[in-house]
Amino acid sequence: MIIAIASGKGGTGKTTIATNLALVAPAAQYLDCDVEEPNGHLFLKPKINDKRNVTMPIPKIDEELCTYCGQCAAVCEFNALAVIGDKVMVFSELCHGCGACTFTCPEKAISETTKSIGCLEIGKANAVESNELLFAHGISNIGNPLSPPIIKKVKKLVNNDCFAILDAPPGTSCPMVQTLMGCDYCLFVTEPTPFGLNDLELAVGVARQLEIPCGILVNRSDSGDDQIQEYCRREAIQILMEIPFDRDLAFAYSKGEAAVIHSQKLREGFQKLHQKIVAEVEK
Amino acid sequence: MKELTIISGKGGTGKTTVTAAFAILAKNTILADCDVDAADLHLILTPEEISSADFIGGRGPQLDSKKCTRCGECQHLCRFDAIDFSEESGYVINEFACDCCGLCAQACPEEAITMEDTINGHWFTSDTRAGKMVHARLGIGEDNSGKLVTLVRQQGKLMANKEGCELLINDGPPGIGCPVTAAITGVDLVLIVTEPTLSGMHDMERVHGLCRHFDIPALVCVNRFDLNLVNSEKIRGYCSEHKLPLVGEIPLDAIVNKAQVARQSVVEYDCGLVSQVVREMWSKVEKELNI
Repeated sequence: MIIAIASGKGGTGKTTIATNLALVAPAAQYLDCDVEEPNGHLFLKPKINDKRNVTMPIPKIDEELCTYCGQCAAVCEFNALAVIGDKVMVFSELCHGCGACTFTCPEKAISETTKSIGCLEIGKANAVESNELLFAHGISNIGNPLSPPIIKKVKKLVNNDCFAILDAPPGTSCPMVQTLMGCDYCLFVTEPTPFGLNDLELAVGVARQLEIPCGILVNRSDSGDDQIQEYCRREAIQILMEIPFDRDLAFAYSKGEAAVIHSQKLREGFQKLHQKIVAEVEK
Repeated sequence: MKELTIISGKGGTGKTTVTAAFAILAKNTILADCDVDAADLHLILTPEEISSADFIGGRGPQLDSKKCTRCGECQHLCRFDAIDFSEESGYVINEFACDCCGLCAQACPEEAITMEDTINGHWFTSDTRAGKMVHARLGIGEDNSGKLVTLVRQQGKLMANKEGCELLINDGPPGIGCPVTAAITGVDLVLIVTEPTLSGMHDMERVHGLCRHFDIPALVCVNRFDLNLVNSEKIRGYCSEHKLPLVGEIPLDAIVNKAQVARQSVVEYDCGLVSQVVREMWSKVEKELNI
């Protein structure tokens, strides 16, 4: 079972919910797909036992064979190649590694080399009740603009025997879509503010287009208005849990401490959340 | 004309809260909402639309199933697993997985795939009580958010020149990927809004790394600084070590959400401590921008 924890708006508590759920759910696997800013490890404190480089193919021009015909540049949808006189320039930061130039070159003058865009770290963490929790995250290199290829690699690590939790990046564009694709369920974490609602509506739109069933968790549920509840009623989306603002918990979060270790009540709350999600998926 | 972008790395640290307040405090400015896939600034500034236009982000493949002979070359070559096959429907392009690279169109021996312009969203110019604003809405689940950010910024600059404004304020997206890069390259100054949590600090360091990568001067502001005073002290240490000016420390206060629910910026809603700190911060930013 693969579920995504997403939000649209950043900072609503995706990582808090994803890590706490991972700590209480039996046979859980936590996978951090927010590869631009992965934070789950700060709370789960995993022991990393495997580190893998993530690379992307980029074109390499054989100047001996190249006739500077310019077809490679013409076919590149990302303007990652330019042919000026008898010089071919490759702008590797614009390249998506699609291979269209290599395929097109009539002289077979383009081969591929790789560049590193990030890495994967895989390990184990301690869950509550001395369960073992599988952990993995992707880390995008600073300056690398393309996170979807790294997210894809993180998702390849999903263990199908586990309750796999994908911690999604914020927003509604390619990195978030890449994370949600193929999930069995998506839990949206929101807050009861105009920003929270606006971005939630956009995020639910993505889940609906991808035909992924979804539910809502309202975080800091007493700190704004009641528009989220209104919206959920109108759209017939289930609210699975509401967590009021608690300064002690916010403080614990700030130090990298998980809520379920801190509070018995929340531990039970998250166990219930896990059961509700499983019931929703099996429905 | 000067350009300021407000970013954070971590989402939800208060970028838009700060941007909306600056928008009200700044005289003679243009605003650009560069968080195009989860834009929120309009919720506070309630813009009145002057113009709207389609955003043609690029081209995407269209498969003509009548011409398709089911040879499978496209699926074989696609590196994004974006071509699905079923006996009933034949080959179908999965637009969510598709990267729009055009390799399938190049490769199809029957020329059954063509590349067509795609509308990935819409962009708008509007009037607000804080000045003119450029904003956008990326289509749900669409690509090319970096390109749309670039377009919003370009239009913001054009508008600033036309209106004789001395400043363009960009509300940036979270993360450190392509939309953030598009929102900060070539600006005069970046303001990083962080919070004293391990996540906030971790992400601030990464986004600061990005600023250094592009050699852009940055300032830091700590939101909800009193949530964890030990961590706030660590941020001060990081800033002084890296010669990053710390321009403000905003306390944790329910007034921030109340202002948002009332669709006002904090400086309009209240004149308490939060407003005071934000006002002082703005004077420091003005000085840094030399406007």
